[in-house]
Parts: sequence; structure tokens; C-alpha cells
Amino acid sequence: MTEREGLSIENLTIAFAQGRKEAISNLDLHVRPGEAVGLVGESGSGKSLTARAALGLLPRHARVGGRITLAGQSVLDLSPAQLRHIRGSGIAMIFQDPMSSLNPVTRVGAAIAQVIRSHERVARSTALKRAVALMDRVGIRDAATRAASYPHEFSGGMRQRIMIAMALAAHPRMLLADEPTTALDVIVQDGILKLLDQLRRDERMGLLLVSHDLAVVGSLCDRIAVMYAGQIVEEGPAAEVLMRPRMPYTVGLLASARRPKTLARLASIPGTPPPLGERPASCRFAARCPLAAPQCRAGAIPLVEVGNGHHARCVRTGDIGLLDRETFTLKAREAVHG
Amino acid sequence: MVEPILRVEGVSKSYARKSVLPRGAVPPRPALSPASFDLMPGEILGIVGESGSGKTTLARCIALLERPDTGRVLFRGEDLAALGERDLRTRRRAIQTVFQDPYASLNPRLKVGEALAEVMLVHRLASRGEVGRRVAALLDQVGLSPQAANEYPAAFSGGQRQRICIARALAAQPDILIADEPVSSLDVSVQAQVVNLLLDLRDQLSLSVIFIGHDLHLIDFIAPRIIVMLAGEIVETISADGSIADAQHAYTRALMEAVPSLDKLAARTASSSESPAQ
Repeated sequence: MTEREGLSIENLTIAFAQGRKEAISNLDLHVRPGEAVGLVGESGSGKSLTARAALGLLPRHARVGGRITLAGQSVLDLSPAQLRHIRGSGIAMIFQDPMSSLNPVTRVGAAIAQVIRSHERVARSTALKRAVALMDRVGIRDAATRAASYPHEFSGGMRQRIMIAMALAAHPRMLLADEPTTALDVIVQDGILKLLDQLRRDERMGLLLVSHDLAVVGSLCDRIAVMYAGQIVEEGPAAEVLMRPRMPYTVGLLASARRPKTLARLASIPGTPPPLGERPASCRFAARCPLAAPQCRAGAIPLVEVGNGHHARCVRTGDIGLLDRETFTLKAREAVHG
Repeated sequence: MVEPILRVEGVSKSYARKSVLPRGAVPPRPALSPASFDLMPGEILGIVGESGSGKTTLARCIALLERPDTGRVLFRGEDLAALGERDLRTRRRAIQTVFQDPYASLNPRLKVGEALAEVMLVHRLASRGEVGRRVAALLDQVGLSPQAANEYPAAFSGGQRQRICIARALAAQPDILIADEPVSSLDVSVQAQVVNLLLDLRDQLSLSVIFIGHDLHLIDFIAPRIIVMLAGEIVETISADGSIADAQHAYTRALMEAVPSLDKLAARTASSSESPAQ
């Protein structure tokens, strides 16, 4: 691979101790410096696990195969001390729930300063000054005063801004954001998304945005990868994936996010994803797919190129036009002819 | 003229602020300024606003989970807010609530079947002999298998738990269902399933539903009439024959613009690329 810069995940497989329960199977994902990539999927699809793997944050009993490199350095081979060093300065992460990610008894200014001082030898007062500047940068008004407040004195959106300030404290080249706005109101979410977008442009920082919401990811990202049951099932430029999806699951996700008033019911994907350990070797979405055919259950389905930089894991990708984009059902014509 | 099933008149609520000063020295914080509206039988009424806008306080006052400071909550003409605790207990059955967090609102040590049966036994809606059959029917109604009755909540996903919470609310055979951000913590694809379930139930049971949330586009899909709340006040009501596109209040428009929507993205992409698919 030539991706000497940025984050590169190659052939990542994560399994948990008992049996052959693979949570992630042969996953490839690249985030270049300054690029924003969205990783989309339902709960349990393995999207958060993928992000955690990139930080070396996997539980001890996880068995990991494949390669993860950050600026050419193999993350999986690092010692705990080396990991500590790249966490923060090389790659940083923000989580869904900012309250449980902040120490409730540390003033937020001091918490940010702590991050700075764990990566650089600077005086406490200098670190605190920089912490205040960072808080100002992420849009916290009256930062000098607010730095002395505790996490519980902030709203959810402001706490997430503090998390972002902490993540930025050691100038990471890559930021992983795991559902950063899911717990927030729409107006607050809008502010956080705009902030993330501005920061990655200003700092030329790579951004991996993990979310279940295609609209959130689409509003921010250059490329989108869609995960289903531990695999990437579609990946490509954001506009391509959103406008010309080539995998039925993506079509279903897009349909269920639309609210057309012409319909009596929202489109939804019937059924639930297969649980860990019951994932078929063939197409994992076949059981819920309106286009499923015998060849979908015949064997492993590769991720194939379907357009310029656009890949889909589907043998019926050529028939995607038979799907109604609004209702995620087969178009009437097809239904009639069986 | 159809009478409203619920009439809310000037309901307000304040909470005392914590203070080191003596009681009364700090004025209580108003969470809800006097609010008034009607709910018609079989109607889905949407309430939208951000955190702290008072929408949950309003819901809790209607369900009498919270005593309003002022105003009346008229259910079929009777003022619930004026009733004593004992009388209220017998009326609670009629107004049931589904809460936002399906992980926090089910007792982890109670099997699903027990949780549903308890409701029916408490309200004397089923005898011990027939309660098992009623539980199975309720689970079927919300799209779960009857075997779910023998499982603990931990065995279910967020969407399934929310179905269980809905089944538990329905067990009381309510006239009004208050859904307080019932899908905000769920995946987008699961949100659609739960919203469709609520619409089906409204049709089958002619329930009246108050649907609370912060996603104006979603509320607009399910609720013909929408109340917009800001800082404890109703700032705008969008009538059933009106449209959110014609919203007058700046806050309503801000809510509308803040929701990332695929249609907006499609419009933006269409203007920059030559041949959009839709």
C-alpha cells in the first residue's frame, strides 16, 4: 500500500474468543490526511469496533488479524507506551456520550491542559492558557471563565465541544468521531458537525465519522463506507453512494431516512441483522433483501468496483434499478412478473 | 362537533432551584409557561423542541406524573389535576407514556411477560387465567414473537425494547399514548419501524397520540398538527392543513434547517453534478 500518510486499515478481521465469531471480516478502509470518511451502519454492524481497533482500544480477548497503519506505523504492533504516545498526537477519538468520557471531578480547563502536558513539556500555566484558547476555538463563549467549571455545569453540546477541544489538544493528524452527535438535539448537532468540518479543513486533519445516520455522514464526508454485519458492503464517493447506491442495503438505509409525505408509512428494512455466529458465508443481507436470488446464497460475495472508486458487495447490483428508492420494495412491474 | 379527548388549559410548572439561601429567596425556575391545547380522539399531535424547551415537562404534567402548578388537564371533561392521589390512580390507566430510553425504562429483572402481565393485573384488565394469552396477543401486536414473554429485557435490541415499552403501555388499554422521544435513541432504519408501528396502532385502536421529538421532519411525517416549544413556551402551532414550509417563527425554521436531510443533500449534489439519479 502506498498510503504512507493517513489511516490505512487492511484486511482487518476481529474475532472474539469462543468459536469463530467474527465481529469484523476482511475490512479495508483508508482515510487520507484532510479527508472526511463516513462509516455508516446499524448498531452491531461493527463500525465502532473498527474505529476502536484503529486506536488500539480493543478488549484483551479480541483476536485481531490484518494491518492497521497510521502514517506508515503499524498500530497493532505498538507497545503500550508507544500506543499512549500516538493516541492524542497521531490519532484522537471522541465518543457519543461526552458526560461519561469526562472526569466529573476535574475542571474542564485542567482536563484539557492535562492532555497537553502529557504530550509536551510545558508549564502548567502555559498549558492552561492553551486549553482556554482551544475552548475558544471550539466555540465555547467566555472560555477563560468556563475553564474553571466542571463537566456537569455544561450542556450536552458544550460537553461535546470540550471533548473535541481535548481531542485537538495534541494536534492529532486523524480524528475518529464515534456517533458524536447522536445524543444531541438537531440544532446542537448542526453546530458540532459544522465545527468538525471546519476543523478538519483548517488543520488538514483526517476525519473518520462513525454514524448510523446517512444524512449526518452525507452532510460532512467526502467518501462513505456502509457496513453491514461486520463487512463493508458499499464504499465510494459520498455523492455516488447517496445518489446512485449500488447495494440494496444502502438503498434501504436511504429509503428509511426519507420522510416523503406522499407515503402513508415510512420505508423500512424488514427484519434484523443476523446475530454474531449466524452470519452466512454468502451475502449477509440476503435474508432481508428484496432482490435476493439463488446466486446470492451460493458463496462469498466479493466487493467489486461498480464505478469510479465506487465498490459494492452485491451480485445483483446491475438490477438495483428494480428497487423503488422511496419504498425499498420491488417496483410493481417486477412484482407482477414475479 | 367532536369533543376533544384531552383539553390542556394554562398548565404551567416551575422547579425550585437549589440554593444555599433560605427557601423562597431564589424564585423557582419556570420549566413550562402556561400552555393550552386540545387533543382530538384518534389524532396524532406532534410536540417539537430542543432539550430544555419544556416538552417533556408538558408531557409529564399531562400524564400527571408531575403536578402542574397552575391550570387544568381535562380528560373527557374531568380535571385530572384536581384529583387526589387515590382517584388519580384509577384514571392513570387511560394515559400511558413511552419514554425515550428503552434501556432505562424496563426493569432488567422482570421477564417481558411479567412486566406486561403486571400492568393488566394491577388495572384488573385480565384475570390470572387469561393474562398469558393477552400477553402473547400484545407481543404479536407490536411485532414480537410470543416467546419474547419468557426473556429478560437484556435479550433485546433497542428497537425491540421500544416495542416492549409500547406493548406495556398498550396493556393498560389507554385512550391516550404519550410517546416522549420514542425513537431518538434508535438507529434510523429502526426508527422507521417504530414510527410505522405507532401509525398502525393509531389506526387499529383509534388511539390518540402525543408524539414528542426534536426531528421536525420526522414529526411532520407522522403528526398532522404540530406544537413548537421554545424555552417553556408554545411559540407556534402548525395546523393540520398548514405546512412546516410556511412556518412563521424563526425558531421553527431553524429547527427545520438544522436537520440534515437527504433531500437537501440531493439538491446540493444535483446542482454540482450533471446527472443525478433522482
